[in-house]
Order: sequence, then structure tokens, then C-alpha cells
Amino acid sequence: MTVNDTRDIALIAVVERIVERNGRDPTRMVQILREVQEALDWLSPQAIDALQAALKVPRTKIEGVAGFYAFFYLQPRGRYRLLFSDNITDRMLGNEALLERLCRNLWIEPGKVSEDGLVSVDTTSCTGLCDQGPALLVNNQAIGRLTAERIDQIAELVRSKVPLAEWPDELFAIEDNIRRADVLLGNDMQPGDALRAARALAPDEGLMASNMRSWREGLPTGLGGPAAILDEIKHANLRGRGGAGFTTALKWEACRNAPLKLGQQRIVVCNADEGEPGTFKDRVLLTRHADAVFEGMTVAAYAVGATLGFLYLRGEYRHLLEPLNAILERRRGENLLGQNILGIPGANFDIEIHLGAGAYVCGEESALIESLEGKRGTPRNRPPFPVTNGYLDQPTIVNNVETFAAAALIALKGGAWYANIGTRHSAGTKILSVSGDCARPGIYEYPFGVSVRQVLADCGADDVQAVQVSGPSGVCIAPAEFDRIIGFEDIPTAGAFTIFNSSRDMFEVARNYVHFFQHESCGFCTPCRVGTALLKKLMDKLHQGAGSPYDFAEIEKLNVLLQSMSHCGLGHTACNPVLDTIARFRPAYDRRLMQKDFTPAFDLDQALSLARQMTGRDDAGAHLASQHGGEA
Amino acid sequence: MSQTFTLDGKTIAFEPGQTILQAADAAGVFIPHLCYHPEFKPHGSCKLCTVKVNGRQTASCTMRAMPGMAVESDTEEINAERRALTQMLFVEGNHYCPSCEKSGNCQLQATAYHLGMMSTHYDHFFPNRAVDASHPEVLLDFNRCILCSLCVRASRDVDGKNVFALSGRGIDTHLIVNASSGRLGDTDFTLADKAAEVCPVGVILKKRQGFAVPIGERTYDKAPIGATTAGEAC
Amino acid sequence: MTEKKKLRVATTSLAGCFGCHMSFLDIDERLFTLLEHIDFDRSPLTDIKTVTPGTDIGIIEGGLCNAENVHVLREFRQNCRILIAMGACAINGGLPAQRNSLSLPAIFDEVYQAGFGLANALIPNDPELPLVLDQVHPIHEVVKIDYFIPGCPPSGDAIWKFLTDLLAGREPELGHGLMHYD
Repeated sequence: MTVNDTRDIALIAVVERIVERNGRDPTRMVQILREVQEALDWLSPQAIDALQAALKVPRTKIEGVAGFYAFFYLQPRGRYRLLFSDNITDRMLGNEALLERLCRNLWIEPGKVSEDGLVSVDTTSCTGLCDQGPALLVNNQAIGRLTAERIDQIAELVRSKVPLAEWPDELFAIEDNIRRADVLLGNDMQPGDALRAARALAPDEGLMASNMRSWREGLPTGLGGPAAILDEIKHANLRGRGGAGFTTALKWEACRNAPLKLGQQRIVVCNADEGEPGTFKDRVLLTRHADAVFEGMTVAAYAVGATLGFLYLRGEYRHLLEPLNAILERRRGENLLGQNILGIPGANFDIEIHLGAGAYVCGEESALIESLEGKRGTPRNRPPFPVTNGYLDQPTIVNNVETFAAAALIALKGGAWYANIGTRHSAGTKILSVSGDCARPGIYEYPFGVSVRQVLADCGADDVQAVQVSGPSGVCIAPAEFDRIIGFEDIPTAGAFTIFNSSRDMFEVARNYVHFFQHESCGFCTPCRVGTALLKKLMDKLHQGAGSPYDFAEIEKLNVLLQSMSHCGLGHTACNPVLDTIARFRPAYDRRLMQKDFTPAFDLDQALSLARQMTGRDDAGAHLASQHGGEA
Repeated sequence: MSQTFTLDGKTIAFEPGQTILQAADAAGVFIPHLCYHPEFKPHGSCKLCTVKVNGRQTASCTMRAMPGMAVESDTEEINAERRALTQMLFVEGNHYCPSCEKSGNCQLQATAYHLGMMSTHYDHFFPNRAVDASHPEVLLDFNRCILCSLCVRASRDVDGKNVFALSGRGIDTHLIVNASSGRLGDTDFTLADKAAEVCPVGVILKKRQGFAVPIGERTYDKAPIGATTAGEAC
Repeated sequence: MTEKKKLRVATTSLAGCFGCHMSFLDIDERLFTLLEHIDFDRSPLTDIKTVTPGTDIGIIEGGLCNAENVHVLREFRQNCRILIAMGACAINGGLPAQRNSLSLPAIFDEVYQAGFGLANALIPNDPELPLVLDQVHPIHEVVKIDYFIPGCPPSGDAIWKFLTDLLAGREPELGHGLMHYD
């Protein structure tokens, strides 16, 4: 037997074990690919062969999925794969110089694998450590607070081939940085409290799980049990915390009332794909208050009659997987998950964690469901909506991490109590992820209605030029608007709150966000796939000093097209950072329109350099004046 | 009894469950499209068929017709945006009509004619995509792929073979073939497959049949796209 | 009534095959009518070597494959009020742009060094020769273009229709039969 044969047999055994552990279920494709890659470093053609044999699905299905997610590699990427978070906040904290330093230390080029296959260094979208950046991921494990010393330490660990498990723990320490806690972050709920309170709402005859009912009639409210808890959510006026602000009770009710076909069940999904650059509050909620989140999911399951739950955790939060699984296991032991939860007949519910693999678009609920089903994360055509046709075509609710935690709190303390917090249109509190130019970045929980100015004062931000609320897909506001409030009636937000002082170039901020959207476009629809790529080229053209009023008009036309023609929210909002900064910080663009007349996006003299090199010519005719800047 | 909506002011009857595009098609009114094919489940990715429904833009191939809808389609505003989409498709790939066997029978080209696309407008991407001539009967020229997924759907849903799929993401999305070599010659694809005949552009080409029909007699030489249903020239 | 001033028209072929110019001549006897409205400036038809400043219309065939193409295009843009891209190569690079998937070293090697029957050959380096760009570009990527006449080549009828529309002050429109990319 040759060395290669032995290697192949070992590989097949690894793949076989992983596929077996996943029940040979192709809907678990994303999980299977992640586990295979964790074991084998990349998805080699041999690994794909083995997967195809073990799963009995077409190879196109495996490669189609593997090719979609940024964290799956169909080409070798090194045994140590270092990805620098490249959010604007990382940029502001100097990640570029650190990346360069690491590459120099390791003698490699960014984006390329070292010759010995040991290491690769590249960039990735925001990893959710904006309050403790610059940050990177090494084989999907997060490291924050990077400094030159830490970079040198990492380079030494890589060079010495120290296994990741033996790297010093303090490198991987992640801080919660909770700066202001309110009812949610300050809660002292014990596991089971909220569920017991929900159960107590039921008179004895109503003490039955929703899934025991005939759903064709629907359940009249006021009858106790599941209906009563739904009433509380309704009275609380809870709205989704993922940014869109859909009324939670309406969603739950629609799912509860959706007919089930034979063999189907209702599904509860917690969206922890916190990919919006500048957001990290779900990371902290899942670190500090995972029980409240799981309990909220269980309350939701009780209310809608769901028996299966998923937590879809973004791949960047891989480090949370084991701790969260341990909490789930404990809750099963406490009869807070599993069969007949808390002795309620038919209250059967369990939760499984699925990890994403580097795809912002999976934060869109139908794309998330596709990913849960083991597919490419492409947003679906809607209608039908997930509440009737979600996970594997079953009625499904998808809510944000914070929404579920709030739901647990409401179950415990009542809808009326909750509705009294915040404003008339925005009940409760909102957790903000504050980062950028301020003295105290971190997590701030406020009752809705807090002004931007108040937040800025609390986090110690002065000389503020702009605040990006709710990330690049949100809104960028200028000082004249700092009295505006956080709330669905004014500035709705998923939580990101990124601060820019007067030294920042808002054009460059927008350009960073445009790069982000281009990188994260799923490629399904023409306007977003090509439009974001064209927008990126135009912003880069302005950055290089080749921009003219012609290009500015082109940017404005692309913005309109993206907004009106795109398939999903990603394309619709991809131009927001550009539109907002044009509207409020126009001089930052005017400064970039350095050409009076149309100028090429590429350097003409540079375009002759290959031919110059090959012919050995350097005469006047071997050069072209570049119209822009005349830097020929 | 059928219900109605209006399309550019004209009353269109529809059966419940029909999409706007299907109802318009049945009524002989042309709405430009590329990824839609009457024999397959609507996909909604090319966005050429975008219309304005009660003031809001949406893909007409996936939007169910509803009674009383006011739909705008053939307006200068919408056609200008459709034209921009065709330009995007042209610059994204490598579309050299003079040397393409599909020229004259190509839906992308005919749609661009219909929309009055005089130039490609944007800077070209000039992607580097290899052709696949491994199959004895069929040539694949990925340079012209517009990612409409019709071959993917035909192979999966009709042929039961899954010969094609999309991989990659964003601007790197691309068509792949079901073989470890990545080559069509190593799949069970045949000329009799439905997938062999659905490509709206010149990616999936039958070998030894190129340029068989002289210029002037090809499909869209004789009548512009949509003319057979719409009964009107562009 | 004073006689209407004739428009000055310049034409050139860059990285093209002169097929569009041949097609231009295909408007046949209508050339006489056209000449009642225009005078030719720099053009392969006149042998005038430079574009007169203030020329009304410049018609460009072909894309950009070398430094000389860029110089000529810039001269046209500088001196013409309206610039028209005529034909597939000017509009999307056309046939010459099909080399864009190959690297320049690979092309030079194949053409001048490794090709069949070549021995000890050099890559031509005479300063008289226009130096080659690493990629072929459509002309609208380098200067602003006002109008486009698609076709490979556009037919004489299409060119006639386009120019008569333009001369009459109408937005040129080709329509079915005249509008084609091949």
C-alpha cells in the first residue's frame, strides 16, 4: 500500500465518521462541511469524493454549497488560517499595519499560502469584536485586542507549529464590556423561571402544550397556557430586535395558525448570525445570558406549538459552540428541554446549534433557513413566508437573539410591565453595540427613546463627526441629528452604533462598507451581483483620484438600480452608506472628484508596463500620460 | 371565472395561482425575461421582468397576480433599468456576438435589441473562463453564462441528473459540472437531455452545428423577441 | 435663407479591421447626399493626417490595443464635439479583446518565440512600433463617448439611418433589422 493510499483511507474514515455522526443527512451539509474542514484543514477533491460516497448526493450539491461560504476552502489554505477582521473599526485601529507585520514576520503574501503549506493570512468581514479590535480569527477561533506584541507572539506560535489547542488561553480571552445594563442585561432570572411563570398563566384546563391542540380552529386567546403567553407578548408590544421591527406576536400567531401537513412540525429559529458590521451584542447575550435566550426560545415553542429549535450561530462565534452546547445539556437535565418540559403534557422541545460559515446574507431569514437545510444561503422568493413555509417547508419563526431574551423576560414579568418601558411605539429596551471613536466602547442597554446624544455622552465620545446606526445597512447621521432617538418611530436599529470623529474621512467609511456588500452579495440576482461589483469599482476609482462628475452620476444611478431591482435587503441597502454620506458629507466626495473630465479607471501607462518589460523599451513612445494627475 | 388586473392600463385576465408574467404571457403581452421559462418553476434571479406593482418594483415572474393590481411594465423608467441590467450581464461575462454560434437565436442579445441597448456602457470585467470541449456532442462556453440556472433546473427537475449547479458567491458565482474532473465529458450528460436545449445564451452548444442557419433567417432576424406573443415590433 | 453650414466629420480605425469603414462605403450613392451635409476631415477616405480642432463629429472604429490607438482616440476626443463608437470592437473590444484571457507574455512567446518555425526570434522592440497594452479596451473605458452604432459591422443602412437621424437632430434609433451586434 502506498503512502497516498494510506492517507486516502484515513481521510475516508474521518469523513465517514463525521457523516455518520450527522445521521447521513444532506440537510446537515453546512455542519458536515464545517466538521470535515476542521478535521482536514480544507475540502480537498478527495474529501469531496468521500463526502459524495458517504452522503450519496451529487457532487454539484457539495461543491455548490462549499463554494458559497467564505469559510469553506476548496483550495488549500494553510494549516493555520489567519483572517483579519476588516471592518471600518478594525481599520481605524490599525489592522492594515498589523496584517502587514504578520505577513512580514511569516514571509508570506496576504491571500496566499506559505510554500510549506503551513499558514495563510487574509482578511474577512467584521468578526464582531469591534469593541476590542483589531481582531482576527485563527482557524475560526477569535483573538481580539491585537497589538504588535500579540502579532509577534502569534507569528512565533505559528512558526513553532504549536497546536492551536496549546496556544495561551489569554490570547483567546474575549471581554463582555457591558457598560450599561437595564432590565434585560441586569435580569436575575434563574433557568426555568420564565417557563414556570408561563405555565402559571394557565388555568388547569389550559395546561397543555400548543402542539396538543387542533390548529385548524386556531386557539382562542384568553384560554390560558400557550394562548396566555402569546397575549403577554402581544401586550408587551414586543417587536423584532434584528432591525426590521416586525411585531413578534403577529409572527408567532401566524406560525401557530399555519396548518401542518402530515409528519410536519413547527420550528423555532434563533438568528444569531450577527453579521452586520459593528454589531456584537448577540455575542455578549449568548455569553452572559444564554439561558434567557434558550428559555425565550422554549417560551416561543410553547406558544406556537413548536417541537424543534435551532440556534443559527455565525461561524465567527465558533468559540461559543462548546459553552452553549454545555448549557443546552444542563437544561435537558433540568427538564427545561426535552419531553414534557416541566411536566407539561406534550410540551416537547429541543434546540440544536447550527454554525454558519462566513456569509452575511444568511442573516436574512429565508437565506438562513436555506443554510439550515444545508444549501447555499440564497434568499428565497417570498411569499410564501417562513411562518407558513419555512425550514423544510414547515411553519417556522425566526427571531433575533435579543428578541428571545426579551420574550423570556416578558413571560416572567408580564406584558404590561414590559410595555411600560421605552416609548409608545417602541416598548422595552435596546442593546447597542458601541464602537469606534469613543472612550468606552462596549455594550449599552437603554430603554427605547434614548437620544444619540445621550449615548455619545455615556460612552465618552467627543468631536463626533458622524454615527453609523445599525451598521452599513442602517443610517449614517451627522451632529445636527444627534437629538434623534433610538426607536422604531425614528431610528430603528439592530444594535450597531459606530462612532466617527472629525479626523475620519467619511468617503473612506462608505468605501469600506461598499467593499463589504460586494464581498457578501450572494450573487443570485443580477443587480446586486454585478451592481455591487460596479459600485466597488467606482468607489475605488474615486479613491485613486481618477473620479470625475461622470463617475459621481454613475454612482447615483447604480444606487437607484440597486434599491429598486435587487432581490433582497442586502441589495436594497447596499447603497445606503453611499447615499447617506453623499447627503450629509458631500465635501468628502467632492474632494475625490479630482478630474474635470471623464478619466479611465485604470492607469494607461501601467497598462504598457508588461510590454515595456518584454521589449526592453523605455522611449517616449513606450509611455502614455495618464490623464489623471499626469503621474505617467 | 377568471379575475383581472391591469398591465400598462390594459385589462389582463388571470387564473388564481398565475404570476403576473404568466398571465401577461397568456394574454399575449410581452414582458422581457431571461431566467424565466414556462416549463420551469419561476426563479426570479435575472430581474429583467421587474415591473411596478402599485408603485413598488418586483419581479413579475414570481409575483402572483392579484385582482385589481395596477402593473406598469413598458415604461421608459423601467425599460431604462432593464437596459442597465442587460448591460451588466454583457460586461460581467465575455459576450462577443460576431463569433458566437448562438447569435441571432440568443435571448440575451434579442432582449438587448428589444431594449435598445446601443452599448455595454460599463467597464468590462473581462473574466478569464475556460471553455469545456470534453463532451463528444456538446461544447460549454462559460464566457457567456448569465447564471439563469435554467440548465441547473432542467437537469435536476426534468433529467434527474444534477449535471449542473452554481458554485461560488457574488461576482464569483459560476456554473459547475457534476464530475470530479469538472468536465462535461465525464458526466452522464447527453444531447437528449432537457438541459441541452434550455440555455438562453451560447453556453451549451451542440457541436458541428454552428452557424447552420444563415444570417437573416435566424429566430430573431425574422421577428424581434416578444413579437410572437406581443404582436408588436420593438 | 442662408445655406446651412456643412458639418465636419473625421473617422478612424483603431484596433479594428476597416470592415466598419467598408460598411460605411456601402451606403453607396447615398454618399453623395451625405456629402451635401458633411465635409470629411481626418479619415482613411481623405488621407488628412490630423483632426482639425472644432470638428463636429468623430467616428471611431475599433478598440484600443496599443499606445498609438490611445493617442489617436485622445486626439479625436480633444477635437470633436461629438464622438461616435462605430462597430463591435469600438464598443466592447470585439475580436481583438478575445486575447484578454491570455497574458501578454504568453501571447508574445507564442507569436514571436515559441511558434512553429521560429528560431532565435526576438520580440520586436523598434521605437517606431506602437507598444501593446496588457488588455484590449473598448473606447468608452478611456474617453467619454456620445453615441454608439453596434454591429460587426453595422450595415450601410444602419450607418445611414443613424447619421441621418443625427443630422436631422433626432435621437438616433435603429430598430429591428438594423440593430444587431454581429
